[in-house]
Amino acid sequence: MNQPDQSHDHDHGHDHAHAEIGQSGRPGYYEIMETAVRELLVERKLIGPDEIRRQIEVLDSRTPALGAKVVARAWVDASFRARLLADGRSACEELGISFYDDTGLIVLENTEKVHNLIVCTLCSCYPRPVLGLPPDWYKLKPYRARAVSEPRAVLAEFGTIIPDDVEVRVSDSTAMVRYLVMPMRPKGTEHYSEDQLATLVTRDTMIGVVPARVEIGRPAQ
Amino acid sequence: MFHVGDRVRILNRSPIGHYRVPTYLRCKTGVVEAVIEPAGIDNEEEGFGRNAGAKLHYYRIAIPMTEIWPDYVGSPRDGLRIEVFESWLERI
Repeated sequence: MNQPDQSHDHDHGHDHAHAEIGQSGRPGYYEIMETAVRELLVERKLIGPDEIRRQIEVLDSRTPALGAKVVARAWVDASFRARLLADGRSACEELGISFYDDTGLIVLENTEKVHNLIVCTLCSCYPRPVLGLPPDWYKLKPYRARAVSEPRAVLAEFGTIIPDDVEVRVSDSTAMVRYLVMPMRPKGTEHYSEDQLATLVTRDTMIGVVPARVEIGRPAQ
Repeated sequence: MFHVGDRVRILNRSPIGHYRVPTYLRCKTGVVEAVIEPAGIDNEEEGFGRNAGAKLHYYRIAIPMTEIWPDYVGSPRDGLRIEVFESWLERI
């Protein structure tokens, strides 16, 4: 064990010390400000102490499985698909997916002619009600800067090569609206059930960095 | 108020405060693709308490990538879509 920088995959005799899991050091400026504002809001009875905890539970309950359910329904139900493209938020609400904020949702349909990609160049706006929390790379500056300036190069790094006769359309979500990409339904899935189709719709297909494919789908439950 | 199909330019302003227009789009021209409903408050003014609840629209603007990046590598049909608040647009 002369390689202390190696990751933690050695046999676990545990003759070395781990850092204690705990808060060390003084809280930062914004941490103190958040605590102060939160305590003031509770003190003035504008929110209850349980509301923030409950909202965190709601945020943590959202996963890409919700978006997958929406896309799979749109693939099998043409009238739902039309409603989803006309008003993403109300169509999701039809399926029992609530929106806990004031954002709208525009669903962007990938076709043989147009490939959509979403990004938030200013921060990390993301369709959280239907996808949960964004991946770290989505929030970091390289993706945010490059998705709008060299989207084809970014897509190629995800293994997605878009032919020149297909338009790449990047939606920069920055204010009131969030975007969800509806990938194309893969060929050869005509006999799939709606639940089987949903397993092909991964998080990254709904960001638009990869197409939905039979071979990369999650295993059916 | 703008309408679908209007040609617009994104203004070159640098106000102090909270607003949602990325720097890379200042002075760029595009076309109104959709009017976003409902109308929203003006963050830029609301942050200072000056807005008094007045609302304007956001517009989904279509801008060709080649308009934003002169040396863009890709198809000339590639484009960007972004929602821009009414106070940041002028008709051209």
